[in-house]
Amino acid sequence: MTDSRWACALRWAATACTALAAAGPTAQAGDPAQTALPAQWQTSVPGADRRSGFDFMQPATQAMQRDDVANPGMLSVADGERLWSLAVGDAGKACADCHGNARHSMRGVAVRLPAWDRRLERPTDLQQRINDCRASRQGAAPWPWEDARLLAVTAFVANQSRGMPITPDTDPRLEASRERGARLYRQRIGQLDFSCGDCHDSNAGRRLGGSVIPQAHPTGYPLYRLEWQALGSLQRRLRGCMTGVRAEPFGYGSTELVELELFLQWRARGMPLETPAVRP
Amino acid sequence: MARAMIKVPERLRRGEAFEIRTLIAHPMETGFRSKEGGGLVPRDIISRFVCRYNGEQVFAATLYPAITANPYIAFHTVATDSGVLEFSWTDDRGSTQTESVRIVVE
Repeated sequence: MTDSRWACALRWAATACTALAAAGPTAQAGDPAQTALPAQWQTSVPGADRRSGFDFMQPATQAMQRDDVANPGMLSVADGERLWSLAVGDAGKACADCHGNARHSMRGVAVRLPAWDRRLERPTDLQQRINDCRASRQGAAPWPWEDARLLAVTAFVANQSRGMPITPDTDPRLEASRERGARLYRQRIGQLDFSCGDCHDSNAGRRLGGSVIPQAHPTGYPLYRLEWQALGSLQRRLRGCMTGVRAEPFGYGSTELVELELFLQWRARGMPLETPAVRP
Repeated sequence: MARAMIKVPERLRRGEAFEIRTLIAHPMETGFRSKEGGGLVPRDIISRFVCRYNGEQVFAATLYPAITANPYIAFHTVATDSGVLEFSWTDDRGSTQTESVRIVVE
């Protein structure tokens, strides 16, 4: 896949997706995934057949996501907006003091992450970036994982990119991590001896108990899950699946979870971001 | 309590029935869940919701533990005069959150 083909496909996807913004995804976002995947990252969901979890939901749940007054994730987005301009820490600075109006400065940020962090010299996701900013620039204590405030700011930032196509960072330093993520995705784990792909590639669209198995594209995180009755991160979701197959989950913020996030982001590239999504 | 979202049409004709939609952040703790280490998480739900239109009650609801977290309540009323719609949610701890919205009836 050449860079120019990639850029061309993304432009196509961006045009298609802007029109779909806020209306909920209809999956076929241009389709950069038509371009060949490196062989070692091949998964069995072909590019053109990729579907967001949104498409597997009941119409009532879809309606809930589409409507900002009915979507409980928007309550967190509103919280995040308030926290954005709240001065905190030893530096007495708010996010807005450096980044200004998030509507402009944060547009397109979430669709790129996780990405290579120049300062930490490793891949980091959006929540880690926010916490790193708190510690290093605001002089405030980082929020714990899954803290409602961290999720709120994350949702607010990601919401600024709603409707934009997921655009993985092409930094070559990420390749090793992404490849490790791809390997983890195919690694059988736990007492049930399942890999992610055993359900989400080989059996996507079929049922596990009463629930439809989606293709595992992380298009709407942090998202409001009805089962959780709350907003939660992709890492929470990944850990939930690991517990489900009776494996010991990787810790929040662990290298492995970020690597999985990197791979899943690559796998979902070009699909429109839905944050805050609603899922059953 | 915390954030609430309210949606009503901006302009209304007199005599028109219109929809009011509300969403409020609340954990709606049922009182049936166990805590880590035993015991139950104490019940904390919004038990009463009231909407007043220029001081007159036009809608009220009593809520029970089976209602989801962040309850969404939608209902209709008839536009009579311009004025204020006042919403109040009261929870088990006795705290009440009140929000109001101005409407224009032509």
